[in-house]
Amino acid sequence: MDIPYTTTPREDTGLYNAKVGIWLFLASEVMLFGALFSSYILLRVGADWWPAPRSILNIPIGTFNTAVLIISSVTVVLAWASLKMNQLSKFKLYQGITILCALIFVGVKSVEYTEKWKHYEIWLNDGSNYSGHIDVNGKHNPFFYTHNKLVSEGVTEITFTKDPHKYGDPLPEKAAGGGEAHAAEAHAHESMVIKTEDIKRLSAFVPAHSTYFAIYFTMTGLHALHVIGGALVMFYLWITAGSWFRSRPEQFTNRIEVSGLFWHFVDLVWIFLFPILYLM
Amino acid sequence: MSLKAFHIAFVIITVLTSFVIGGLLIHAFLKEGGLWNIVGSLAAFASGVGLIYYGKYVLKKLRHISYL
Repeated sequence: MDIPYTTTPREDTGLYNAKVGIWLFLASEVMLFGALFSSYILLRVGADWWPAPRSILNIPIGTFNTAVLIISSVTVVLAWASLKMNQLSKFKLYQGITILCALIFVGVKSVEYTEKWKHYEIWLNDGSNYSGHIDVNGKHNPFFYTHNKLVSEGVTEITFTKDPHKYGDPLPEKAAGGGEAHAAEAHAHESMVIKTEDIKRLSAFVPAHSTYFAIYFTMTGLHALHVIGGALVMFYLWITAGSWFRSRPEQFTNRIEVSGLFWHFVDLVWIFLFPILYLM
Repeated sequence: MSLKAFHIAFVIITVLTSFVIGGLLIHAFLKEGGLWNIVGSLAAFASGVGLIYYGKYVLKKLRHISYL
C-alpha cells in the first residue's frame, strides 16, 4: 500500500504531507533557537561587563562562512529548480556544490574552535590578568589546560605569550598618528615565565571560561550540528538521486524541496548569529 | 510555503542584514578607523545590492513555480 499524499496535496491542508511535517519541525526549531537568542539578549543586557567580540572572534573568517552559506542557499534552490525542469545532471551538480559548501562551513568552524581552545586567559594572585598563548613543558599551544591540571601534572612554571590586545578589550581608538595602536604593537607577543603557584585561574576560551563563551559555543555548536545533519540528509539524497528520480520523480523532487526548506532555516539562523556574535 | 517563497524571504532578510552590517562597519570605521572596516562595509552594501538583483532574477526564473 502506498503512503498517501507524498506527491499530491491533501484536501484539508493544500500541501503534501512532508511539507506540513517540515514546517511543524521548523516551528519547533524556531522555539529552540528563539529561546537561545532570548537567553543571549538577557545575559548580555544583565551583564556588568561584556567582551568586545571584535577583539576575540575572527571577523574575516566569519564573513567568509556567511558567504559560503548564502551561496549554498542559492545552489540548493537551483538544485530543486533543476529537478522541476527534469534536469537530473544539473541537480547533481548544484546539490554537490551545496554539500561542499556545508563541508567548508564546518571545516572553517572547526578551525575557529581549535584556535579558541588553545587561546588562554590567566588570572594571577597579584590581581593582574592577561590573554594569550601558553607553553607547558615544551608543549606549544596545548589544549584545555587549567590551573588544577598544571598542579596535578606537577608543572612548576609556564611560558605565557601575551596578546597585543587583551581579551575582550575594545580595539584601540583611532589616535592621531596611530600612537596607541603603535604602542599596542610594541607590546605584542611579549613572553613571560609564570610560576604555577602565582596563578589564581587559568582557562582556555572554552564554555567554562565565561558566560560569553558559554553562549557562543552553545549557539554556534548547535547551529553546526544542524549544518552537519542537513549535509548528511542532502548527501543521502544526492547519492540515491538517479534511481529515485527515475522511479518516482515527483516524490524525489518534494524531498529535495523539504531538505531545501530545512537548509534555508539553518542559513537564516546563521544570518542572525553572525552580526549578533561577531559584530555587535 | 514553498521553497521558492522561503528563498525570496531569505533573500529579503539577507539584503536587510547586509545593509545593517554595512552600517555597523561604518560605525566601527568612524570609531576605530581601519581599512578592513571600510572595505567590509562597502562589501556588505555591495552584497546587499547584488542580492536585490539576484532576487529579481530568481523571481523571473521561478515564475512558473507556486508560492504554496
